[in-house]
Amino acid sequence: MSAAIVEPAVFAFTPENAARADAIIARYPAGRQQSAVLPLLDLAQRQHGWLPRAAMDHVAAKLKMAPIRVYEVATFYTMFNLRPVGKHFLQACTTTPCWLRGSDEVVKACRTVLGIGVGESTADGQFSLVEVECLGACVNAPILQVNDDFYEDLDGPATERLLRALQNGETPPHGSVTGRQTSAPAGGPKTLTTLTFDAAPAAEGGE
Amino acid sequence: MLSDKDRIFTNLYGVHDWRLAAARRRGDWDGTRELILKGRDWIVAEMKASGLRGRGGAGFPTGLKWSFMPKSSPDGRPSYLVVNADESEPGTCKDRDILRHDPQKLVEGCLLAGVGMGASAGYIYVRGEFYNEAQRLQAAVDEAYAAGLLGRDACGSGYDFELYVHRGAGAYICGEETALLESLEGNKGQPRLKPPFPAQCGLYGCPTTVNNVESIAVAPTILRRGGAWFAGIGRPNNTGTKVFCISGHVERPCNVEETMGIPLRELIEAHCGGVRGGWDNLLAVIPGGASVPVMPKATCDTVLMDFDSLREVGSGLGTAAVIVMDKSTDIIKAIARLSKFYKHESCGQCTPCREGTGWMWRVMERMVKGQAEVDEIDMLLDVSKEIEGHTICALGDAAAWPVQGLIRHFRPEMEQRILAYKSALRARAA
Amino acid sequence: MPKLKIDGIDIEVPPGTTVLQACEMLGVEVPRFCFHERLEIAGNCRMCLVEQEKAPKPIASCAMPAADNMVIHTNSPRARKARQGVMEFLLINHPLDCPICDQGGECDLQDQAMAYGFDRGRYRENKRAVKDKELGPLVKTIMTRCIHCTRCIRFATEIAGVEELGATGRGENMEVGTYVEKALTSELSGNIIDLCPVGALTSKPYAFTARSWELRKTESVDVLDAVGCSIRVDSRGPQVMRVLPRLNEAVNEEWISDKTRFAYDGLTRQRLDRPYVRRDGKLAPATWAEAFGEIARRMEGLAGTQMAAIAGDLADAESMYALRALMDALGSPNRDCRQDGAAIDPAVRASYLFNTTIAGIEAADVCLLVGTNPRWEAPLVNARLRKRWRRGGFEALRLGPEMPLTYDVTELGNDPAALGAIADGSHAAAERLKAAKAPMLIVGMGALARPDGAAVLAAARRVAEACGMVRDGWNGFNVLHTAAARVGGLEAGFVPGAGGRDVAGILGGAASGEIGLVWLLGADEIDMQRLGRAFVVYQGHHGDAGAHRADVILPGAAYTEKDGLYVNMEGRVQEGRRAVFPPGEAREDWKIIRAFSAVIGRPLPFDDLAAVRAALAAAAPLFATRETPAAAGWAAFGAPGPIAAHPFRSPVDDFYMTDAICRASITMAECSELYVRGGVAAHTGTHG
Repeated sequence: MSAAIVEPAVFAFTPENAARADAIIARYPAGRQQSAVLPLLDLAQRQHGWLPRAAMDHVAAKLKMAPIRVYEVATFYTMFNLRPVGKHFLQACTTTPCWLRGSDEVVKACRTVLGIGVGESTADGQFSLVEVECLGACVNAPILQVNDDFYEDLDGPATERLLRALQNGETPPHGSVTGRQTSAPAGGPKTLTTLTFDAAPAAEGGE
Repeated sequence: MLSDKDRIFTNLYGVHDWRLAAARRRGDWDGTRELILKGRDWIVAEMKASGLRGRGGAGFPTGLKWSFMPKSSPDGRPSYLVVNADESEPGTCKDRDILRHDPQKLVEGCLLAGVGMGASAGYIYVRGEFYNEAQRLQAAVDEAYAAGLLGRDACGSGYDFELYVHRGAGAYICGEETALLESLEGNKGQPRLKPPFPAQCGLYGCPTTVNNVESIAVAPTILRRGGAWFAGIGRPNNTGTKVFCISGHVERPCNVEETMGIPLRELIEAHCGGVRGGWDNLLAVIPGGASVPVMPKATCDTVLMDFDSLREVGSGLGTAAVIVMDKSTDIIKAIARLSKFYKHESCGQCTPCREGTGWMWRVMERMVKGQAEVDEIDMLLDVSKEIEGHTICALGDAAAWPVQGLIRHFRPEMEQRILAYKSALRARAA
Repeated sequence: MPKLKIDGIDIEVPPGTTVLQACEMLGVEVPRFCFHERLEIAGNCRMCLVEQEKAPKPIASCAMPAADNMVIHTNSPRARKARQGVMEFLLINHPLDCPICDQGGECDLQDQAMAYGFDRGRYRENKRAVKDKELGPLVKTIMTRCIHCTRCIRFATEIAGVEELGATGRGENMEVGTYVEKALTSELSGNIIDLCPVGALTSKPYAFTARSWELRKTESVDVLDAVGCSIRVDSRGPQVMRVLPRLNEAVNEEWISDKTRFAYDGLTRQRLDRPYVRRDGKLAPATWAEAFGEIARRMEGLAGTQMAAIAGDLADAESMYALRALMDALGSPNRDCRQDGAAIDPAVRASYLFNTTIAGIEAADVCLLVGTNPRWEAPLVNARLRKRWRRGGFEALRLGPEMPLTYDVTELGNDPAALGAIADGSHAAAERLKAAKAPMLIVGMGALARPDGAAVLAAARRVAEACGMVRDGWNGFNVLHTAAARVGGLEAGFVPGAGGRDVAGILGGAASGEIGLVWLLGADEIDMQRLGRAFVVYQGHHGDAGAHRADVILPGAAYTEKDGLYVNMEGRVQEGRRAVFPPGEAREDWKIIRAFSAVIGRPLPFDDLAAVRAALAAAAPLFATRETPAAAGWAAFGAPGPIAAHPFRSPVDDFYMTDAICRASITMAECSELYVRGGVAAHTGTHG
């Protein structure tokens, strides 16, 4: 992944994404289509894997913005990847709440399993690791965000297991890796235990 | 301890179904039409009576804020509600639970708040990293629309209200309300000069109120149970319930909805299994997210968790994100990491913040190693004061306060680190 | 009217005044970097912080509206401390390279550091280094010096109308630039050099050539178009080192075009610095006496009607007046200052002036452009149109070639016949113009310098009359000239005398042999082939088209080398001043003519500049005025008749190559190559 970036000469939304883009633009008042720049850049990035200049220009044209205004936006927000990233985009939160709970071990596990440090990608283009600022899941620290999903309550060994599973093509369920009920204290909620509602609570997957 | 019957977020942990039908069984959308029909003035009056102060950190009275919105629009400009779900303050993860587990409380709150401020539309700005949460919220909005709760003639009340979900893309500064508006308009998230304030000139140049997720999501319950009920919880001027996020060195970190003004020690011991290694192993607590100054243990022993109590001890309630640090913590490093955070998140617009946050972080990194002079501690303090109060938005202040708190309470540790580094150097040279 | 107290002094200010403006009204200076009167308020540098009593923290005075009962302290310890802090932050990452910085000596940061800087730094970390940006041949960047005030970005976006500059990245990594490497496609780009408060943006052609304090500064007026921008010519010894804008609210505010600013290197190239006489088909160096003698010899035997004179586009009024006097003395009525043959009616002043005035554009609400590309023909008129457009409630209509402008334009096509249709009300645009409160039209040389120009002029007059453009207190009829000398020549009577020939007549006569001698006063824009076998005297400063055809060359002075009067398109008389001496044996032009008149025994009645000007003012009282265009009376003009179908065409094909000075300039050649022939400008959008 250290090779020079190949910028595509052209970019255009797929028909499906073009329709999505139009639906997004419709959320904003007439003449305020510029509001859609973040969602459309995100859409372009999801389509292409990262955000090449041609995509920024395409979004600029779509929203009738001067390209420089789109470049400003794309370089301001950290979630836009202006260079290619791995299939598994690992975003390790190392801000104080995660650091207090061992985020160093998470970063170290990436080195152990993948041989990459912060800002690096694996040679096969499968994994990239970046350090990110607070992800907003601090009571489940430390967190590793993989693409869109948060893996929570990690430690070194759990991170290693997660990465190996990803290497094997598995997608472990996201959320707390310890099986904890979301943000409730480990061992189960200590509050909201006395309430009953008319119908039985539905099971909820994925968390 | 707050009793469960007084808890607003009855699905805080996602034990139950988040969907509309289940949310209605928990009481959401119960009699919303009647609440709307009581009218705008009644809604604002009840919110004022509740004593609710904004849950995003600044603690400004919510009802009063709504009352700033214009009563009529001679020039035809619409009014907007914008909900700040750009939850990024280190230590804070309460809104995330509302978005993913109790989204209908927020959706209903948006409608009622919209009525209260005369807004025709609302935008919920969700931080970009909360992808799954935003998907969940969007689904909840879609369900509400399908059930006739939003849109034209919302809930059959005759009131028209549109609600949209908008995702950010990674910028803490967009939690600042005018930066959020800039971002929502498709610009870089750089805070605006004030005046004018959003209530006069906000989104698209129209009257706008920006509220935190929690402030809006508690509104339906307040209106249903009455402002007096909410005001009866907690202490005067610090009323109601609050979702606390306790992270760091406690036995069992968690989110919990509790009474405003609960003693910090009780909060930690009743809900989190206490400080790791016992209360006496406590070193310090940051009680309200990264932007408020750190408190040493002595203060933590007795302090109450509300706006006024924490301000009295030189800190703040902020977002009620309690970051606990036990005695194993390298407190200088913990704060240095926050300095790095602010350097990373500075928008770059104002000189003091753009230049000062980087300077402070670099000095702090040396302080972590002790690779500094003792008199640089005072210089660091002075630099922090050159930033504080000199910028367009409060990020400069937020960057300054953790450093100031560190120096105020842990100067001996910093000096010790420097002396240790010097003696190690000497030993190596000898 | 808010009343407030500033530094103990009470002041009442108009609503909307900022605290900083209120301070300025009292003469209290508040330092600033990002704030600029003509740009939107950014409030980002924080240098203008002042203390407001009862406010929890210092306020940015540039952005804070003055309000009743405010008590402001601009120089309290708190205010000073805040500014010192800001100054320290600005300096920590600013390089200490003042000794090699072109901004040195005229640097806001340097100046303010003297007032608010510490005598030593406390910053022990590594300084930031920022990659320089490539912005084209005019603006040099040293981006490590940038203090992120965003003035350049706001100028490009707001004034120049080219949204190409921005600040990418964020926090301490924020960088000003174009992101994608590209030259700025604006004819006003050089102004960002003046706006930059530090040495981040400097002049590329001027780089390392002089220090500001060693330059002699001469206030003058630009002649490279007909706007008459106020300029300052900075010179050292015999050389013009740079040209800068001078504040003139009525004309150019504080901007100038890149041509005005950067063509000065053309002043030292291709110069005619001694007389020449053509011998055996070749121009050979000669003395003044030989040159004059040759002309006198060729005049012998020629009747006055066999001689003619044509004034070029850069000529000063005094030399045109002197040449006219000479031709009168010789009995020749054949003279013209309209090289392009534009069908301008010299008899009716309102027919050839920019009657609305440039500043008056700001009062208009609709403007019809006829056969003109103001962006290239008069960039500062175009900037004023954009300024008006930005304020809202303004529409530009265009009948003519579609060239990129910097504001939205409603296109009416390019069929000249439409002008007649508008005049008789059968074109939809007529309703739009009639509905306007203050409609104006601008007719360019592209519409008048054509065989049916007089008919076009008459049609334009009828449009103005039919659409309510001419009434008490408002004249919306405007002619956009491209030649600095044009209006001056018209006012000085450098047009055919009784029975005299105009340019076409002179050229026709030269071709047919009826005209035996033609005196070209810096006239390079005529078809030299058509001069036939006539004896040609070329008086001018550059070895351009006219000199190549000449039989005798009389080396004259460029606009920076003489005191001269110029009348801009509004009819505004302005003084150009000598900054340097003409090179070699070249002389001021009126003196050359005066000297020659003595050689042929018909000495003109003036011996010094004051006498020339007195005589000129006696002949044309306008020249007794300065800087105040007089309203011109309305009368019938033009010659109603058929208008040909072929489309209007702007006279300026290449903004950077319009005259002999530009054609000698390497800088202009680079710009032409990049922006015109390279096609960069052709792709410029019309972003608002």
